[in-house]
Amino acid sequence: MSVQIHVENVIKKYGDNVIIPNLSVDIENGELFTLLGPSGCGKTTLLRMIAGFNSIEGGQIKFNNDVINDLPAHKRNIGMVFQSYAIFPHLTVRQNVEYGMKMRKVKKTIMKKKVDDILHVVRIDTYQNRLPERLSGGQQQRVALARAIVIEPTVLLMDEPLSNLDAKLRIEMRSAIKDIQKKVGITTVYVTHDQEEALAISDRIAVMKDGVIQQVGKPFEIYLRPKNIFVASFIGHSNVFKATIEVLDKKVYVKFENGFKVEMTNLVDTVVNGQEVKVSVRPEEFTIGENGFKGTITSSTFLGKYVNYTVNFNQNIIEELEGNIEFTQDLNTFSKIFEVGGSIGLELNLNKINVYTADGQTSLIKGVN
Amino acid sequence: MSKKKFKFDFWSGVTLAIMAVFIIFLIYPLLSLVVQAFKDPGSESFTLANFSKFFSKKYYYTTMINSFKVTICVTVLAILIGAPLAYIMKTMKIRGKAVLEILIMISMLSPPFIGAYSWVLLSGRNGVLTRFLTNVLGIQNPPSIYGFGGILLVFTLKLFPFIYLYVGGALKKVDVALGEAAESLGCSGIKKVFTLILPLVLPSLLAGGLLVFMNSLADFGTPMLIGEGFRTMPVIIYDEYISEMGGQANFASALSTMMIIFTAGLFLIQKYIVNKKSFTMSSMRPIEAKKVKGMKNILAHLFVYFVVFLAIIPQITVMFTSFLKTKGTQFVGGSAFSSATYSFDSYKKIFEKMKTPIINTFTFGLIAIIIIIIIGMLGAYVTVRKKNIFTNILDTVTMFPYIIPGSVLGITLLVTFSKGSLPLGGTAIIIIVAFVIRRLPYTLRSSAAILYQLSPSVEEASISLGASPVKTFFKVTTRMMLPGVFAGAIMSWITVITELSSSIMLYVTKTQTLSVAIFTEVLRASYGTAAALSTILTLTTVISLLIFFKFSGSKEVSM
Repeated sequence: MSVQIHVENVIKKYGDNVIIPNLSVDIENGELFTLLGPSGCGKTTLLRMIAGFNSIEGGQIKFNNDVINDLPAHKRNIGMVFQSYAIFPHLTVRQNVEYGMKMRKVKKTIMKKKVDDILHVVRIDTYQNRLPERLSGGQQQRVALARAIVIEPTVLLMDEPLSNLDAKLRIEMRSAIKDIQKKVGITTVYVTHDQEEALAISDRIAVMKDGVIQQVGKPFEIYLRPKNIFVASFIGHSNVFKATIEVLDKKVYVKFENGFKVEMTNLVDTVVNGQEVKVSVRPEEFTIGENGFKGTITSSTFLGKYVNYTVNFNQNIIEELEGNIEFTQDLNTFSKIFEVGGSIGLELNLNKINVYTADGQTSLIKGVN
Repeated sequence: MSKKKFKFDFWSGVTLAIMAVFIIFLIYPLLSLVVQAFKDPGSESFTLANFSKFFSKKYYYTTMINSFKVTICVTVLAILIGAPLAYIMKTMKIRGKAVLEILIMISMLSPPFIGAYSWVLLSGRNGVLTRFLTNVLGIQNPPSIYGFGGILLVFTLKLFPFIYLYVGGALKKVDVALGEAAESLGCSGIKKVFTLILPLVLPSLLAGGLLVFMNSLADFGTPMLIGEGFRTMPVIIYDEYISEMGGQANFASALSTMMIIFTAGLFLIQKYIVNKKSFTMSSMRPIEAKKVKGMKNILAHLFVYFVVFLAIIPQITVMFTSFLKTKGTQFVGGSAFSSATYSFDSYKKIFEKMKTPIINTFTFGLIAIIIIIIIGMLGAYVTVRKKNIFTNILDTVTMFPYIIPGSVLGITLLVTFSKGSLPLGGTAIIIIVAFVIRRLPYTLRSSAAILYQLSPSVEEASISLGASPVKTFFKVTTRMMLPGVFAGAIMSWITVITELSSSIMLYVTKTQTLSVAIFTEVLRASYGTAAALSTILTLTTVISLLIFFKFSGSKEVSM
């Protein structure tokens, strides 16, 4: 039986130190919801409040309509997967998985069937009689997952479950987690600082910073239409240009510091002539062309499918102090590889780029805020 | 909402219970001891007379000078022997190293006064060595074991293993690369030892030094047996206490108070230095013992074997003596190795007449160790996982016994509980209480240390799976703590069964333990039975140690 989680005006403090000032979010039944943010943003704190390991200093957390603020952790019927796996070292794989069912006094015959099933689902049935110290990191992670799921928890909580695995295993495990989560259909809250992992695994993502949720949305929404510059820079890379709005004959233009001007048709109506803005452009949102920015290639990194360049402009048209931007060339569309030191002209893919207010806090693209 | 309100749960119950034990059996007795120290024996009014009596009479204050003379010399000697020994054993290949290490451990853990006693057998007035020197070699007035020199010898041989263990432990954490870095910078040989190795192990050396200092300052059995005219503070405390028996023990209390002030002061100084100088080391590539050739190799072996041999002499002597035929209290044919006749007389005698001390030692010891393990685990858990003001106080209070000499603890307990509302004087309970209070810190510290290494997330995993926190503690936490608990408990157990300085104050005939029986037998000059009792005690120690090594798979105990 899976539930919705309602987090309503929740506050977390340690003494006078406010970690989460006032946070609300609704997590849908059966979805895999990710809390994403840099370390110290409060994502793990929030997860542990849902789990019952951190106290709640204000507001309330509900599973469906039941407030769980004062319900002790062991009565919340949650499944939790820890960053360190937290496998019981003195119990075998099977005993680890059985632990929660024994606590619930499940009948032996039922327990055996359920444990057999889950061991099979997470593909660890062959190691079931081993002690955990003889398992690899990936196998331990599967045990942790099986142990959390087998008790049929109302919610599944995962705290950076893949961060201790090597890159290849991480990718393998994240699809395993996604598959199993969908198969079981359980509401899952997943914490990570790895934006690529978040994009790959989540149904929806909440990007957090300083205890505040910056944006909630599906992975593609967050990547393509970030609500502010922080989200734009934290998820993937963004080059940020300084620019000004120009309104001419009811047409809206964005004019860059070097005089390059493009017409934008998807900006909100509130923009005014002369308004200072920031334009965020991802490395793959440039096209090669002579009418835009002119710069010098300062380095190139060959990545197989792509080539990554850093490009230097003479004029002071971008945010970063170094004056470099990143440009990714897809080798399917261009075959010429540029030399370091050579000059290059870049134009913009106008459907993709994002425009923000000068403080970077609000998107000026229609329908985003 | 749910502010940090004080909820009375299982863990606050545990905290309060342990606190109550320590308040009743340690804090309150210590306070009454201090109060006694400032009271006039007759009029009960407050006075400094007890202290001025001590400092005005040479008979008294020389004991203090003696105590410091002995302790300082012992500490220096123990460092001079223990530190080079550790360095040689860790850096050079020494034949039979494993056996040597166990022998060193045994000599450290065997009852303290047995050293003194067996040196009496060897080079006392009627000792084997003495007679050999005078009768065979014709040396008049051979070196005497009695007095300052003898105490120094016995203490040094008994206590250098502490330095050895501490420095050896620190050397294990020194990465080879550090030495190689020093050499690449042009520093090698002896210079490397003094500019690099020594500073790196200094905090451990100081900690070991403190242990040696405390032990030799507080030891009562050795100076009592072989001090003769050379009297130290614990001896005079005992004497004064015995002669004040029935009185208020005010003077003995004053002496005890001074001892505690010394040890506490010293402890604080050491803690301050170690805190200032401490750093963490972790080595990826620990120092490896290398094969050395030529003269250096021979000298290293000679040094190691000689030191270990000297350290283990008491055990050999005692076992040998226990099989000598006796008549009354005398050895038939004397105790010379050549003319000795062997028998099981001494063992027969103790199993006929002295079963009580043996049974007492094991029953009291077992009860004490069970209580120690329970309090140790629960106490470690609350001080590590449930940090608050109360558990912090508990953490400090439970470490007090480290700095309180055993005889002082014995006196405080006796003074407090011999009469009044809780008359425990002369019972087994008071001896068990002394054992628990005095030897709990080993188990507690070692349990806390392992708990710090265990990630709380394993416990949280158990809670998230539906086990309540208390159930989690018993089902998961305790299981994971066991190795650390046992490493400490073995030290607690061995020091409990060899405990003398507090039980000598607290025993009555029916609560005699092995150590007390050995001690009184030696004083009575029944060397045969004393030797047999000592052998039983030593063997129990060795067997306990070996069982522990076997099951833990490690060669280390935790202090």
